[in-house]
Order: sequence, then structure tokens, then C-alpha cells
Amino acid sequence: MSDPGARVRGVATEPLIHARGLVKRFGSFTAVDGIDVDVQPGEAFGFLGPNGAGKSSTMRMVGCVSPPTGGTLRILGMDPRRDGPAIRGRLGVCPQLDNLDPELTVRENLTTYARYFGIPRKVARQRADELLDFVQLTERAGSKVEPLSGGMKRRLTIARALVNEPEIVLLDEPTTGLDPQARHLVWERLFRLKQQGVTLVLTTHYMDEAEQLCDRLVVMDAGKIVAEGSPRELIERYSTREVVELRFTAESQEGFADKLAGIGERVEVLPDRILLYVEDGDAALAAVHERALTPASVLERRSSLEDVFLHLTGRTLVD
Amino acid sequence: MAAVFEFYLVSYRRVWRGSAMSSFVLPLLTMLGFGLGVGAYVEGGVDGAPYLDWMVPGLIASTALQVAVFESTWPVLSSFNWVRTYEGQAATPVRLDDILGGNLLFVMFRALTSIVAFLLVALAFGVLHSPWALATLPIGALLAFAVAAPTFAYSSSVTSDSFLALLFRFVVIPMSLFAGVFFPVESLPVGLRWLAYASPLWHGVDLSRAATLGVAPEWSVAGHLAYLSVWAVGGYLLARRQFAKRLVV
Ligand SMILES: Nc1ncnc2c1ncn2[C@@H]1O[C@H](COP(=O)(O)OP(=O)(O)OP(=O)(O)O)[C@@H](O)[C@H]1O
Ligand SMILES: [Mg+2]
Repeated sequence: MSDPGARVRGVATEPLIHARGLVKRFGSFTAVDGIDVDVQPGEAFGFLGPNGAGKSSTMRMVGCVSPPTGGTLRILGMDPRRDGPAIRGRLGVCPQLDNLDPELTVRENLTTYARYFGIPRKVARQRADELLDFVQLTERAGSKVEPLSGGMKRRLTIARALVNEPEIVLLDEPTTGLDPQARHLVWERLFRLKQQGVTLVLTTHYMDEAEQLCDRLVVMDAGKIVAEGSPRELIERYSTREVVELRFTAESQEGFADKLAGIGERVEVLPDRILLYVEDGDAALAAVHERALTPASVLERRSSLEDVFLHLTGRTLVD
Repeated sequence: MAAVFEFYLVSYRRVWRGSAMSSFVLPLLTMLGFGLGVGAYVEGGVDGAPYLDWMVPGLIASTALQVAVFESTWPVLSSFNWVRTYEGQAATPVRLDDILGGNLLFVMFRALTSIVAFLLVALAFGVLHSPWALATLPIGALLAFAVAAPTFAYSSSVTSDSFLALLFRFVVIPMSLFAGVFFPVESLPVGLRWLAYASPLWHGVDLSRAATLGVAPEWSVAGHLAYLSVWAVGGYLLARRQFAKRLVV
């Protein structure tokens, strides 16, 4: 496959995606509430946020299928309101819910879609074969889509998003609902695309996905961006190095919070456990035992984006 | 638009054999049932033509209508809600008019293939009186567009497929029975006649009948074409507005 990223490198005077005060309203409800975003060529950029944060609404505006209600949006240096078809011709879209045709074969799904981009039939067939190879579906090329597994369908949707050799690929929750093995296969393919220089924009509510794939990300909550940076920067800025998770057998963890006060930088109380944000997990645990507290279970781990999210919003990302 | 039409043809290719076979079933049953059965009771035919010969062009138009309405109901609902075909198309350079137009082209194509099957059977049974019978093709295509476009608007507005069954029960079936296919509209009580005349089907029937019998239609050709065009254009505008409402949000 050619390297779509190479075409845009070097001429990049403007970010590929540029949003200022971007707003999306549905009636009186504000789904996206004035966000600023810049995505540079070759970057893997993520929107991390819980259900209803406005991730898909943002992606649909970037994909030029949903007109912004307010603010500035420029994609590939063009205006979505005016140049929608021209922009869409240079984007690849993997929507949150698959919209493959179940009656067509795997291969036909790619070739018919390629035609929407004005790609000649012969080129379409050739590209379909290359892409099926890329997403490891060559053996299923002639079978209908209906009986494919969720992971296979997802890979096919990703292949379909690449059929026009896009400069930006938009992936809305690329691995939600997949089992761990299927997720890793998708991640591996996306990682390879990234290496080829394709600009990836993805949404997710899995922090491990964001950590694996994103160079830079924004954390969204209720339509707003609450933090921005690389996964490492965000963890450094908003969390501590380590986390100690304590579970007490009592009905409510609430009562133990006071007894833990002063250990580490911060204490978060969740319905089923207490999180201690600390620099040194072992030292913190020793301090817990010194106070004669005996949690039923203990887990020491490194901080993740989940902790960043919890700190920023007071809520967990996936419940 | 061509790319969208092509997509439907590729889908159709998977089922065309079965679909083509079934296109011949109704015409054949009609020839046998009405030609040998009912026709024998209708002495002297209608307006000077044997009953079968008089009725077949009406049935050709009515078949075009039924195929067109069918292809504009469940498939459209499914393309919005279940398979979400339109959503996929809207993410590409394809425009709203291409999405709608390509799909309508396919509906006309389906109507035309059914008419071809009917004409072949009718020819074999010798009920076509004039080479003008070929005009049933463009007439059928226009009729198909004239009913498909507003049906697209309807199917993209309703929330559940039970509304589609209502359309068949209360609009399509009554229209097929009373719009001059099986008996002249003049046989209806005066109060009901205008309903038949207002239906797009009657205009298609009158034109098709004139074509296969090689006689002048009851109403002016230009009038028929203009009336069907109003349905086509009006329906298209309504469908377009509804599609925009669903796809551009
Ligand atoms: N077409 C619409 N009409 C009305 N409200 C909408 C529409 N689309 C989205 N919303 C609302 O906007 C908010 C943001 O939705 P959006 O789909 O962007 O969230 P999300 O971050 O993608 O969430 P999820 O993780 O569940 O996919 C939600 O409250 C949703 O109900
Ligand atoms: Mg979403």
C-alpha cells in the first residue's frame, strides 16, 4: 500500500484539523460545547471520554456529515460547510456502529464503496485485494458479511475506510465490544497504519487503547475538553506515579477514608474500593498497616489515564 | 449517482434469478386465470376489446406501481435504521441527491424489469395490439418514479415498519382494485370516481391501455404526463427534505 502520510508531510503549513470554539447543539441540548482542537499530519490523536461526552458528535462534524452549530472548523485547509464532498473524498471513516452491507460479500463491500470515491472498477478490485490482505480477511473475501464475527466486521470496516487512500482516518470506538484478542489484532493494524504516516483520529472510552495508540489526546466530559496532552504528560500532570487500591469488607468504604487521610497525595473513595494516589506504593502500604487497618484486598499499580479521568471529573470512565 | 445505482445492481445481482422467475409468475397466472376463467364471463369485452386484452395493460401499470412501492418501503426503512446504508454513503463524496437519485433509479430499473417480463408473456398470448406497447416501458418508469418518490418521503418519516403495512392496506391495494385496472372507472359511483382519477395509477393505466390496444387514451397524453410529473417532482422534493433531516444532523 502506498504511504498517504508522505503526500501531506512537508506541505503542512496548517493543521489537518483545526477547530476553535466548535459547538454542536441538538435543539436546546448542547452535545459539544466549544472545543478547540488541532491535529497535525502524521499524528495519532484521541478523544477520550465516557458515554455521552460528545465524541461521536465531534467525529461526525469532522467527517463533514454533521454541520457545526457554531465555531470554526477547518479540515485539510477547507471549510466543511462549503467543501464537504471534496473533504470527504480525502477522509476514511470507521463509524461507531458498522454499516456494512450484510447481503454483499466481503470483497463487494469494498469495491462498491470504492466507487463512491470515483475509483475505477479495476483499481477498486486491486485495492480491495490489498486491503483484505492488510486486515487479514483474504480467506473470507467471497463470503457474505452477515456471518462474520464482530472483530472481522470491524476490520472490514477499517479496510473500507482505507479504500480511497485517505489522509485522515476517523475511527469512532474502533474496538468497543470486541474480545481482548480481537482488540489486539485491530490495535496492531492501526499501529501499522500509524507507522505508515496516516493521520489517525480516534475516540475511545478505554484508557489502555488511548495509551497504546495516541500520541496526543484530549479528555472530554459533557461536551467540553477538560485536559489535553500526551498520555504520559496527562498522567504526570493529573496523577501520581503509583496507585494503591484498597478494598474493605465493610458495607461502605466511606468510613475508612478519614482513617487513611494524610497517606499519599490524594484519596478517592469509590463505591467498592478506595484509591490512594502515592509516589511510592510500598511505603504507603506500610503506613496503612501502621494505622492498624486491614483491607480485605490490596492492589498496587502504576497510574493510568483512568486515574486522570477520575481526578478531573470525579467519575470513572467505564462503569 | 451512477456509483450508488451500481451498488444496488451489485446487490440485485445476488438475487436476480429468483426475482426474474417470479416476475413471470403473475403475468402467466393472469393470462390463464383471467383469459380462460373470468374472461369467459365478460361477454363482448370492454370498449370493443376482449376483456383480457383490455385488462392486461392495466395490470402492467399496476405491477410497476406495486414493485415501485415495495422497493420504496422496507428497503428504505432498512437503509436508514437497520443496515444504515445511507449513513455509509453520506460519509463519502456522494451527495444527498446522488443517494436519493441512485436509489430511485434502481426502483425504476426494478419496475422496468417486471414490465419486460409482463410484455413478453403478453406477446406470447397475443394480447398486444400495437407496437406502441413498447411505450408501456417509459410510462411504467414514470409511474414508478411518481409513486416511489413520495413513498420514499413516507418511509423515511415513519418510525416503525407497521406504518408500511398500513400504506399497502389502505392505499396500494385499494388503488390497484379501483383505479381502472379491472373495470372502467365509470362503473364506480360518481362520488368515488374522482378518487380513482386522482390516483397516479389511473393515469398510468389509461396511457398503458392506449399503448397496447393502439387507441387514443380517455384523457390527453400531455395531461397524464404532466399529472404524473407533478407527483414525481413533488414527491422528490418531499423525500429530499426528509432525507436531509435524517442524514444531515
Ligand atoms: N441526533 C441527535 N439528536 C439529539 N441528541 C443527540 C443526537 N446525537 C447525539 N445526541 C446527544 O448528544 C450527546 C453526545 O452524544 P455523542 O454520541 O456525541 O456521545 P459519545 O461521546 O459519542 O458517547 P458514546 O460513548 O456513548 O458513543 C448525548 O447525550 C446524545 O444523547
Ligand atoms: Mg459515540
